[in-house]
Amino acid sequence: MIIVGEKINTSRKSVEDAVRNRDAAFIAGLAREQAEAGAHYIDVNAGTFLEEELDCLCWLTETVQKEVALPLCLDSPNAEALSEAMKVHKGEPLVNSISLEEDRLRLLLPVITRQPCSVVALCMARTAMPITTEERVEVGSELVTKLTSEGFPREKIYVDPLIHPVSVNTNMGIAALGAIRRIMDDFPGVNTICGLSNISFGLPERRLTNRNFLALCIGYGLSAVILDPTDRQLMATLLTVQMLLGRDEYCADFIDAYQSGRISA
Amino acid sequence: MSDFKALSEAISKGDINTAVSETRQALDAGTSAQDILDNGLIATMNEVGDRFSSGLIFVPQMLRSAKAMQECTKLLKPYFQEGDVVSKGKVLMGTVRGDLHDIGKNLVSMMMEGAGFTIVDLGVDVPPEHFVEKTKEVKPDIVGMSALLSTTMPAMADTVDALQAAGIRKKVKIMIGGAPVTEKYAQKIGADSYASDAGSAVTRAKELLGIS
Repeated sequence: MIIVGEKINTSRKSVEDAVRNRDAAFIAGLAREQAEAGAHYIDVNAGTFLEEELDCLCWLTETVQKEVALPLCLDSPNAEALSEAMKVHKGEPLVNSISLEEDRLRLLLPVITRQPCSVVALCMARTAMPITTEERVEVGSELVTKLTSEGFPREKIYVDPLIHPVSVNTNMGIAALGAIRRIMDDFPGVNTICGLSNISFGLPERRLTNRNFLALCIGYGLSAVILDPTDRQLMATLLTVQMLLGRDEYCADFIDAYQSGRISA
Repeated sequence: MSDFKALSEAISKGDINTAVSETRQALDAGTSAQDILDNGLIATMNEVGDRFSSGLIFVPQMLRSAKAMQECTKLLKPYFQEGDVVSKGKVLMGTVRGDLHDIGKNLVSMMMEGAGFTIVDLGVDVPPEHFVEKTKEVKPDIVGMSALLSTTMPAMADTVDALQAAGIRKKVKIMIGGAPVTEKYAQKIGADSYASDAGSAVTRAKELLGIS
């Protein structure tokens, strides 16, 4: 499973302060701990900075990559900020994200075809949010087809089925889960990805809901996830579920994690 | 004033059937629609709103109660007379140009309706021109704008400017909200108020109009 570490996001107060004060040590610390916890990509998001987002995103990219030799997940709705961050990024980033929303597609397509990268394809349509599995699959399929026609191999496309809170509509979990399975079946070789926090908006005990949603997503075929790899309970769930799905020969990873004290009930 | 205990309980629980039957019974017994609205429905939703704001109940319960109230108000509509105070104020709501997110806007709308405001919902991806056109047509007391992306927030500033350019800025109070939005941003663009969630949106709206 591909893990994207989500902690470097300026919507967290401590991260926002660190970015504002250009506290490289703090950011480097977050990058290192996520890398050590098993992240394959480090997400960086400076969306709260508005006009200064571009500068902040570039600074974050350089700061993180000075500390860890990992590719980044460049997380922004702003095509210009993404473009500049990609220029300073070493290696192939994961660009988060493109969708069918008109401006986003138009502005971002030339940016992601300019240099090697992977891309998150968010199942957001032109005029409204998809509600059902079918609507998600329709948007997702259109995105995959569009991106492959632009030269992206399927492995570099990460379809995000769009996660909405179950508190607002209790079908939102199964709608997304169904979309994951359909996309994985319809486009063998493609990746699917999502974050875990939207699902539990508006409910108490969010961490409980988030980690059980992770288990379901993995069961429905999700191949990549944006989460906090330093969350031990979450990572224990991931490991356990992988084992339950027959992906852990001799249960070695699970037992290893247990013996290293990384798992407890 | 009548006793709305059973109606109130049904609204609180989100029991639509009981709430509707209690409302019908009250109307049949001759209770005024105004009395039922103010003391049965709005009073209960104010309590629901308070419990939601203090984290005692959660989004699904609030939605359920709001739905129950909506069904009851449908029954009351034909009973209102000329001159009855049906609404605390009119609010024009929309998610700004380029933004398709509507959950926050819908939650705020529901809470405001529960508190007795009338909502005209323009939906999502609403350009400044459309806000202006509808403000002229609907004559709201408050214009509420929602944005969930840093890239769509500037449309809020554009909409404030557009209302200014159309000469109607002073006729309305402008309130904004959404995950990336802040009090500071509201001040920067010349909005009148900012609310961080659906609960406080009602409080802010009442403050803006000087009502309780």
